[in-house]
Amino acid sequence: MTSAKQSTEEHIAMLRPKLVAFARLQLRDSAAAEDTVQDTLVTALEKHQSFSGRSAFETWVFGILKNKILERFRHDRRYLSWQDDELSDEDSFENLFKENGRWQAASKPTPWGDPDQVLENAAFWRLLDTCLMVLPDNTAQVFTMRELMGLTTQEICEALTLSDANCWVILHRARLRLRACIEKGWLT
Amino acid sequence: MMMCREATRLMSLKQDRALTFRESTALRFHLSMCGACRTCARQFDLLHKIGRHHPDIPRASNDKGDRHGSH
Repeated sequence: MTSAKQSTEEHIAMLRPKLVAFARLQLRDSAAAEDTVQDTLVTALEKHQSFSGRSAFETWVFGILKNKILERFRHDRRYLSWQDDELSDEDSFENLFKENGRWQAASKPTPWGDPDQVLENAAFWRLLDTCLMVLPDNTAQVFTMRELMGLTTQEICEALTLSDANCWVILHRARLRLRACIEKGWLT
Repeated sequence: MMMCREATRLMSLKQDRALTFRESTALRFHLSMCGACRTCARQFDLLHKIGRHHPDIPRASNDKGDRHGSH
């Protein structure tokens, strides 16, 4: 029994940096990320379930972390204040497009190469991290809830009290900005 | 006729819910004529895969459940 507990603690020590990195991307605040991870680990140790393998254990702990992050969003009013222009579909998205709706010459997308190779390139992940940090807080938040936490737009709207339409506008904007930011770093 | 800005809106929407028949037809028509938007569509698809491939997230917890438009 002691050895089972010890191995749980070893797993947790190894997992911790990953949990903090993930929480930091979601919460965009190092202190909040540390807090949430701490809270997650306490819960994980309390429940102290036994797992057949390390990957099942990691998945379980990540599940706890995702719930803790979501709880935090629900209770934190900071995430509920939106500027009108963040929700409006009316502007030209920082001049990415001409008035007639076509791409501006300077913002026309350029291919990044083979997607499988891109996803295996550590430089891509560093770039993604940086570009997420450059996005406005709220926009990045909705995007990471959708694409890193894998929540549905319905779940996101519920947690942040947004309408579906708001969520889709925010995600559209986030994707356009991210692709532009990544492309800038990728091709230079 | 649909322009690039609206096409990117549908490309993005496609990652979050199933497009209607009318939406997907309009998008396909635009993509058949616009190379820049085809590139953009591939990049949105790639951004949609980051959860499943992120080096810090364990594979099994990256299961996204109901993922519209990813197949």
